[in-house]
Amino acid sequence: MDSISTGLMEAFRLILTLDSDLVEIVLLSLQVTVTAVAIASLIGLPLGAWLVVNRFRFRRLTISVLNALMGLPPVVVGLFVYLMLSRSGPFGVLGLLFTPTAMIIAQVIIVMPLIASISHQTIRDLWAEYHDLLISLNASHAQRIKVLLWDGRRALITAVLAGFGRAIGEVGAIMIVGGNIDHATRVLTTSIALETSKGNFAFAMGLGIILITVAIAVNLAIHTISKTERASTW
Amino acid sequence: MVGGTTILPLELSGVIARVRGKQLLGPIDLTIGATGLTVVMGPNGAGKTTLLRVMHGLRRISGGTVNWAVEDGAARRKQAFVFQSPIMMRRRVIDSIAFPLILHGMDRKSAKIRAEDWAIRVGLGHVLQDWAPMISGGEKQKLAVARALISAPEILFLDEPCANLDGRSTREIEAVLKQAEHAGTRIVMATHNLGQARRLASDVIFVHGGKILEITPADRFFNEAKTPQAKAFVQGDIVE
Repeated sequence: MDSISTGLMEAFRLILTLDSDLVEIVLLSLQVTVTAVAIASLIGLPLGAWLVVNRFRFRRLTISVLNALMGLPPVVVGLFVYLMLSRSGPFGVLGLLFTPTAMIIAQVIIVMPLIASISHQTIRDLWAEYHDLLISLNASHAQRIKVLLWDGRRALITAVLAGFGRAIGEVGAIMIVGGNIDHATRVLTTSIALETSKGNFAFAMGLGIILITVAIAVNLAIHTISKTERASTW
Repeated sequence: MVGGTTILPLELSGVIARVRGKQLLGPIDLTIGATGLTVVMGPNGAGKTTLLRVMHGLRRISGGTVNWAVEDGAARRKQAFVFQSPIMMRRRVIDSIAFPLILHGMDRKSAKIRAEDWAIRVGLGHVLQDWAPMISGGEKQKLAVARALISAPEILFLDEPCANLDGRSTREIEAVLKQAEHAGTRIVMATHNLGQARRLASDVIFVHGGKILEITPADRFFNEAKTPQAKAFVQGDIVE
């Protein structure tokens, strides 16, 4: 309990003094996570819709694999991306290991199946409603996907926010591919892991409270901007 | 015909529709000509909806042929369908009505101007900016009719468009359908509402047990129905 109360006070102190290291860490956390979630959404949302409107061989298998990938172990993803980007790996020449870009790549791999899978389930329900209308109007497959994504946009925010929640709290993969380098690849989660290992529990708890606050603030901001939970909108 | 080559007549020959081995419809031989308002009648479960969906191409057939005067893609673009439970898009009323035009390439501004005109014609001028899923049942069905007619289809299929509507809403929708028919739209409508059929039909297709028992001009159907099932139906008896 002492660590929690001290942690709370530490969190307030860090926020009130606008600690420069903290600001840097928070901004890098947001930069990596928001970029990864944006890229994962650009891939995952259309993929989820595409899987709904298309019938093809191995479709069920594809959906099952996608659902299974939601539980992809981040450490394994980190190891895979590390091997791909290390000097002896196929993409070693790009020199991306231990950079924020490597962290973004790892997070995209972790988050994309989650966004695609949730959006697939959301859009499947909307497709059941719209199916006859869109077929009757002779909409092409591309038009069907576009309409479903647009009309389901408010429900799809849940998929994006789930991806954001997973990415902002992720530590295993980005620790491996980012290296937790001070002023370069250190983010909130890797800082918490480091401070905990050093025995600085109050500081780690302070960072943890800030991490949770950032996650809630982003969720609130997106809900406010997208006008969800209002009776007069859909 | 509404511009360009006509897609009619529609010819069904030996059409059969099955679901998991169970035959729902057929064999059906039927020709839908270029003019008129055809009402498809019959008791619940007779196959009215299946017949309409087969004609429109929404249901795959298990046997026989469905032929338009032009190739299927061109024919589909000149058809519209109004469903018994109107499908409400998660959009505002004006955007929902404009949707078919925008889908087929018209710019938003022009599409919305036409949508507003259609909304006023069907009596939805007061709810233009409302969310479509939030309007009343009668208004939803009017929206569905306006959305179907806005692209000037050559043929319009309606599946019990006035089921569950009050008298006033029914009258308003019937007036719109009559206007569309006078403007040259071929209408094929399923209903088991005898009064509505008497008011609108130029000819009647009576369906029972998945088969067409009668295809006849409306006057003759209501006064001299041939089959016992049709006679009982016209007299308001229970037809099983």
